[in-house]
Parts: sequence; C-alpha cells; structure tokens
Amino acid sequence: MKTEKRPYKIPAAKLYLHYVSIQIRSMMQYKKSFIMNVLGQFLASFNAFAGLHFLFMRFHSIAGYSYSEVLLCFSVTLMEFSLAECVARGFDSFSKIVRQGAFDRIMTRPRNEILQVLGNNFELTRIGRMVQAAIVFVYGISKSGTEWNVDRAMAVLFMLIGGTGVFSGIFLINAALCFFTLEGLEFINIFTDGAREYGQYPIDIYGKRMTRFCTFVIPYALVQLYPLKYLTGRSDNVFYIFLPLAALLFLVPCYALWRFGVRKYKSSGS
Amino acid sequence: MIEMKNIRKTYRVAKRNAGFREAVRSFFQRDCETITALDDVSFSIEDGETVGYIGPNGAGKSTTIKILSGILIPDSGECLVDGRVPWKNRIEHVAGIGVVFGQRSQLWWDVPVADSFELLRDIYSIPPDLFLRNREELTELLDLGEILRTPARQLSLGQRMRCEIAASLLHSPDILFLDEPTIGLDAVSKIAVREFIVKLNSERKTTIILTTHDMQDIEAITKRIILIGKGKILLDGDISDISGSGGIDRTVAELYRAYEI
Amino acid sequence: MTALPGFLSKWKKYISFFRLRFAMGLQYRTAALAGIATQFVWGFMEISVFYAFNKTDPAAFPMGFDQLASYIWMQQAFLALFMTWFMENEIFDSIMDGNICYELCRPIDIYDMWFARSIANRTARASLRCIPILLVAFFLPKPYAMTLPTDFLTFLCFAVAMLLGMTVTATACMLIYMLSFFTVSPQGLKIIFTMTAELLQGSVIPLPFFPPRVQKLIELLPFAAMENVPLRIYSGHISGGAAVKAMLLQVLWITVLIAIGKFICRRAMKKITLQGG
Repeated sequence: MKTEKRPYKIPAAKLYLHYVSIQIRSMMQYKKSFIMNVLGQFLASFNAFAGLHFLFMRFHSIAGYSYSEVLLCFSVTLMEFSLAECVARGFDSFSKIVRQGAFDRIMTRPRNEILQVLGNNFELTRIGRMVQAAIVFVYGISKSGTEWNVDRAMAVLFMLIGGTGVFSGIFLINAALCFFTLEGLEFINIFTDGAREYGQYPIDIYGKRMTRFCTFVIPYALVQLYPLKYLTGRSDNVFYIFLPLAALLFLVPCYALWRFGVRKYKSSGS
Repeated sequence: MIEMKNIRKTYRVAKRNAGFREAVRSFFQRDCETITALDDVSFSIEDGETVGYIGPNGAGKSTTIKILSGILIPDSGECLVDGRVPWKNRIEHVAGIGVVFGQRSQLWWDVPVADSFELLRDIYSIPPDLFLRNREELTELLDLGEILRTPARQLSLGQRMRCEIAASLLHSPDILFLDEPTIGLDAVSKIAVREFIVKLNSERKTTIILTTHDMQDIEAITKRIILIGKGKILLDGDISDISGSGGIDRTVAELYRAYEI
Repeated sequence: MTALPGFLSKWKKYISFFRLRFAMGLQYRTAALAGIATQFVWGFMEISVFYAFNKTDPAAFPMGFDQLASYIWMQQAFLALFMTWFMENEIFDSIMDGNICYELCRPIDIYDMWFARSIANRTARASLRCIPILLVAFFLPKPYAMTLPTDFLTFLCFAVAMLLGMTVTATACMLIYMLSFFTVSPQGLKIIFTMTAELLQGSVIPLPFFPPRVQKLIELLPFAAMENVPLRIYSGHISGGAAVKAMLLQVLWITVLIAIGKFICRRAMKKITLQGG
C-alpha cells in the first residue's frame, strides 16, 4: 500500500485550541453582531436576576434560604451553565449540522467526531452570561458573610467543574438524539435552559420528589444542593465537597448514547 | 485498489403529500416507504485509475461515495478500499482519502483560506515539511496565490472550488472522491479544474472517482465510466466504446432512455 | 366605499397565512408535542417557586395562590400570542440585504401585510398549543390547578383583553421592524426590545410581585398592555373599573403604536424609493 503509517499526530488539546482560534477570528469579522449577542446574553440573565431581586424584596427568604445564599446558588449555576455553553453549546446546533450534511464532512476527517463538533462551535458570546454570573457571585459573597477557607473554595471549584460537566452531558444527549429524530428536541430545553432558570434556587425548595430526581436521575443536586449545604454551613459532611466530581459519571451514559447515535447515522445516513 | 462486491443499501423514508388536509391526516398516521438506493452494486477500480461515475439524480451516486468514504454502512455486501473496510476504523481509513462535495464547502467561511489550510494541517496531522510542499505545489497548479489570503465567503464559485480541491489534497491522499466538482462553475474555472484533475492523476497517480452531470467533464478527465441507475450498475466500460456518432451527451441521454431511468 | 374591500382583502390574507402556518405546525407533530410538554413543565416549575415563597411568607403574597396558578397556566397556554421575540428573521433579513424592494413591487401595503402575517403566526401557533396545556392544567391537584373565571363577564373581558394584548404585542413588534430600516443593527434593537418587554410585561415574574411603586409606573407602559392585562383579568386579580381602565389603556397604546408604526413605515418607503434600497 502506498500510504505509510504516519508516526506524527497533533494532540487533541492543541487541535482544539486551533479550532477555537479560528472561531474567534471568524467572530471578529462580525464584531457588531458579536457585541449584540453578548449584550443579549447579559440582559437575559439580568432579567432573571431582577426577578429574583424583586421577589426577595418582598419575601426576604425562601424555604429557609436567605437572599445571599440564593444569590450564591444562582451565580454558581449560571456560571456552570455559561461555561458549558461556551464549550458544548455546539451540540445545541447539532440538528443543523446533521440537516445540512456537515456531519458527513466531519466523518471524512481523521479525528474524533466530538472534538470536531465542539471545535467548530465554540461560543464566545456566552461571556455575556459569565460576566453577569461573576458580578452576582461577588455580590452574593460580599453579602453572605461566609467565612472562606480552602474547603469552601474547593467546594465552589468542584461545583463549577461538576456542573459544567453535567450541563455538557445534557447538551451531548441533545445532540445524540438528533441522530434519531430532528423533531421534538425542544423538550431538552427543560434540562438545559429550564435547569438554569430553576436552578437559581436550591433544589430542595421544589420538594422531596424533585430532589430525589435531581440526585439519582440527572445529578443536578450533586453539583448544587449538597455542596451548597456545606458552603452555607447547613452540613459539615466533607463528603459533600466531592459529590460534584461524582456527578461527572453522568457523562458516561451520555457518551454511550452518542456512540449509539453515530452508529445509527452510519447505517441510515440521516 | 477499490473493490465493491454485491453492495446493497436501503433507506426508510416518511411519505408526505401536500395540502392542508394531508397535513392533518399525517399528524395521526404516518406512512413509511423503503427505498433501495443501491441494489447489488459491484465494481473494482485499480490504483491510479480515473473513473467517471454517472447517472441521474437519485440513482445512488452519493450513496456509493458515502459508503466508500466510510460515512455509511451498507446493508450487505463487501467493500475494500486499499485493503481497508471503510466503515470499520473510520479514522484510519479517512486519513488516506480526500473528498470534495461540490455543493458543500469544507472551508471555514469567515477566515482566509490559508488559515483553513493550517487548521486542516492540524486535523490531518500533516508533517510540516509535507504540508509546505503540498501547499506550494497546489498553490501553483491551481493558481491560488492571492486567493489564499481571502476569506472563503468572498470567493467566486470557481475560486472556491479550486480551494476546496486543494484542501482535499493537502494530506496527499491516495484516493480522491469528487462529487460534482464543476457544478455551477464558469467555463474558465471548469477547464482549470479539469486540467488540474488530469495532471493530478498523471503526476501523483492518485485514484480518482468523479461524479458529475457534465459529460464534458467525463470526456476531458476519464477513460472509464460507470453508469448507475435506480441503484444498479448498468454499464461499466471504456468511454471510447460508448461515445458514438452524436457526441457523448446524446449517447448518455439515449442510454438513460434505453434503461428507462 | 373602499374601506370594506380593503378590510376583506386583509382578512383573506390573514386567513391564508393562518392556514399555511397551521398546516406547517401540524406537520411538525413531535415538535408540537414536545413544545407543549416543555411549556407544561415550565409552568409547573414556575408555580413551584411561587408555592415555596407563599409557604415562607403568605402575608407578603400579593395575589391569591389560585389566581397565580391561573395566571401561569394561561401564560403558558397562550405564550405564542405575547412573546415579543416571536418575530420573523426573514423580515429582518430582507430589510438588511435590500430584498425588501421586491416586496415593494407588489401592490400591497407592507405594514398591513406584515401585520396580518404576524397575527397569523401567533394565532396559528397558540391555537395548536393552548388546548392540551389548558386541559391538563384544569385537572391538576389543588395548589397547581387552574381555575375557571368567576363569571361569564370576566371571561368575555378576558377574551377581549387577550385580543387587544396580542395586538399591542404585534404592533410593538411592527414598530421594531419599521425602525430596522433606520438602524445599523436591527439585531441589537431586537434584543434590547425583547429583553425589556420580557421583564416589564410580566414574563419573568407577574407585575404584582414588583415593588408597589415600580409596579404603578410599569402598568402605564405599553409592555404592561400585552399579557399582563388579560392574564390578570382572567385570574380575577383585576376586575370592574380597574379592568375597564386597563383595557382602555390597551386601546390607547394600540392606536399610538399603529400611528407611529405607519408613520415610520411611510418614511421608510420614501427612503427606499429615494435611495433604491
């Protein structure tokens, strides 16, 4: 055979950064549109914050959680979500990628499909939300009077990692479902936008059943409620700090579904 | 060496008729239909050969290309490309082929073509020296020069197609699939593309499979054509045997009529 | 003499757009079902949040809890009538790239046509989605259930206010389309408009939950004339004189928005014919 084995392979991380740099260069061609998008993201999450603020002006607390505690929850969730969007929202437009046949192109290139989809769809506009999240986070912390130590900082960091993972997993499921149907995927919004909106509040305000669902089915509570309990001093169970990392296991079934979808695509071609 | 043996491929598609009443009806009940895209297709192509793969729309050309490039798995049959089964071990397979879809771009729309090439270098892990050599050679042969500095969206169709072809060859594939590479091009670009393909085949010995509706492409590029219709290979032979008195267009039209496709 | 045929032709246009959209909506069966399910969960979660607040401090709750439940369910059921982001990108694109000129060649008033189109879009989508949501909402257990209005007159008021509210929404969106002729960034205009409207029309939280002084002020704005009025009339939160006043305000805003919209439309047409797009 003519092709000799190539000993040389660009590392995935380096390739991903190359993709990102191309995406950023592309975006800079549409500066105005970029700025407007960032503004839109910012305003959308500002509305959520304003709603929250007005409600607390009236009620002062919810199910035992104070305003500053909810702000902490709100900002961490928002940050996780916007990080996940930045990285993985490409899966959100995946139905378009499949419909336009761009997935065929991805299949003809010698790299992992997920790496290519993510690389091609890096979304910088989500910094609008991130800025909002960062501001609210600082505001929340300054009001909460929480004493910060290594444990707590670690808990927040793990929440961010785990939460970004869980949201990315949902985005991956959304994309995988595109292989089976291009319709009806609006439903997934409940678990992405819905989780962002209603994850502003600690999950246990929605009752026991919801908490159980978010612990064992989709592990939102693992990245939100339990570490938050530790952060706010409601529990001193150190185990709660590490729960968000356990939530990353959620990515395993998500990935399996994706593989299954790719196999289906290869046999049906649509 | 490309070999296809008794390849069969079917799709299921939903049927839907036009009209308000039909829309209401199909809301409750949906019909499916099985379409045979490829029906017992067999052929083999030697290394360094150029083959024109022709047939009317929906005959199964794209399905064949998709199977050969590892995107689709056939229902049954065997297929080997350079000793590899395309749909097994996708990554290894596609590193050795190049694919140009005439109707879809593979370049990044908003950055200069040169930037797209560099990204492709990393995607295909092309060693830097090979990349530079290939880029230089392709730039010269396809007359890309200035074009490389322009974002793809600002290129004319002809310029873009030249870049698309170059992009598919940066990693020195042994096999190149060209799916309607001259569609919509002006006369000058068509000729440039054809001449390039001929040269590529003679100099690099790249195996080329070309689908097209333009019979002049066929005449200029290939010696051998494979005619497919309704998922079946109808004819596989040398172009000189087929083109009779009335020119190739007419001959093909007659063939279509004779096979009722 | 020309008024009647003019109205008829608009009505016909509306009907044909409506049929088109309705048929399209039916085609995407799974999408419709998924949309309904999504909105249902959304409504449910929304009510849960308020339920938790109500339990924490019932005295601070500005409306009856059953009123709130009705408000949320009606909001979900008729979302398509009032969502301000439900504008057609096609129209923005045709304004931006100048294809609008082709539309101008046809013997129709562009304002009226787009208006008919957007009303058709909204009503077609809402009529497909409202019934299943309402059906389920009526049979939910107690705090979450939606209730019927107290009397027939309330329902009648609600129906009128809903039509008026939709018209306010559509005319406000028309204003954005028209302003797009004069701005460098229709996208930015749209974003700022939709985000402002979302907050001020009571989509984020119902207006009664705003601080009282802020609420008084907001209620005078056109945004409050969108979904706020019909939803609160239905739930019984406003009635009698207050309801009539709110509806009059809706009529006032419709008149103002149409007047401004048509004025800008004429200016835009003049600009296009002068500059050739």
